[in-house]
Amino acid sequence: MNIYLESFKTFFKIGMFTLGGGYAMIPIIESEVVEKHKWVSKEEFLDLIAIAQSCPGVFAINISTFIGYKLRKVRGAISCTLGTALPSFLIILLIAMFFHQFQDNAIVASIFRGIRPAVVALIAVPTFNLAKSAQLTWTTAWIPVVGALAIWALGVSPIIIILAAGLFGWMYGTLIKPTE
Amino acid sequence: MIYLYLFITFFEIGVFGFGGGYGMLSLIQNETVEHWHWLTSSQFTDIVAVSQMTPGPIGINSATYCGYTAVINAGGSVPMAMLGSAVATFALVLPSLVLMVLISKMFLKYMHTVGVQSVFAGLRPAVVGLLAAATLLLCTKDNFSAPSENMWQFCISIMLFVATFVGTLFFKINPIKMILMSGFAGLLLLY
Repeated sequence: MNIYLESFKTFFKIGMFTLGGGYAMIPIIESEVVEKHKWVSKEEFLDLIAIAQSCPGVFAINISTFIGYKLRKVRGAISCTLGTALPSFLIILLIAMFFHQFQDNAIVASIFRGIRPAVVALIAVPTFNLAKSAQLTWTTAWIPVVGALAIWALGVSPIIIILAAGLFGWMYGTLIKPTE
Repeated sequence: MIYLYLFITFFEIGVFGFGGGYGMLSLIQNETVEHWHWLTSSQFTDIVAVSQMTPGPIGINSATYCGYTAVINAGGSVPMAMLGSAVATFALVLPSLVLMVLISKMFLKYMHTVGVQSVFAGLRPAVVGLLAAATLLLCTKDNFSAPSENMWQFCISIMLFVATFVGTLFFKINPIKMILMSGFAGLLLLY
């Protein structure tokens, strides 16, 4: 089969059938890409995950672009990325069109009144999980606190926080830490 | 004009969206709710709920949904809204595509240098702060009601928040299950 079509189909399947966002996709991508199709080796796959994780953007898209580029340069990257994004796009579009007709319905409204506080909790939980994996110490724990307060209380844009954190991280790591 | 703003906004989110789907949520929330007022706080929360329950990356799901809702809220028709969701999704994916191609083409060898690693070391704790801010910004009257407005709904909301938080963090209950149960509780108690 044509490699573009095959990689598109593989990532379309991955995008279509994985619930729970990017991280839930890792084992499925691995079994398809490493074990079944042997497009990348196990070691390459682990490196690629580390890079895709530290870079900005949607995690699953980063991975599929990477694998696609490795297969067939830019055109491969586009077909893999399209495959991952398309199922989400189509499903959400259908739901959005459907939901706009029902959102004023009393039953739907009451269901969402119950769902909303739960979703806020679901966003609070990864804050703690991420804090664990970022290995915060007493010298770095103030960074998320100050960042959160600046955004929440002072209305600072998160983009400013990202830029400042990257810049200070770079200055600390290359200028201050070597002299310590 | 809204298409241009959607494109710029979601492109920006794609460039600065560190920390995966959830990390990105605070950027999406800040831009679409606080800055542009394309969505209300509760609409944003609904979008996250739907994104969580449907397959695919949360970032793509919420971009598609935000693009659609932003155009509808601005008075656009359904086909116009479909174009809005296509623009937002494309703009979100574009920076990833470019960056990943660049990295695999030439920057792979720089990824392990002290400079690049130091930037990431600075970003990691900041992304935790971003997520905390997203949580705080969503603790609104829209999502929880208020004691002065509807005491009953407010108490139920707080209980559902605590139950979901404890359930997913400590008991590792599947988030989709928690959403479904909370929706059921809403139907029973808040109808």
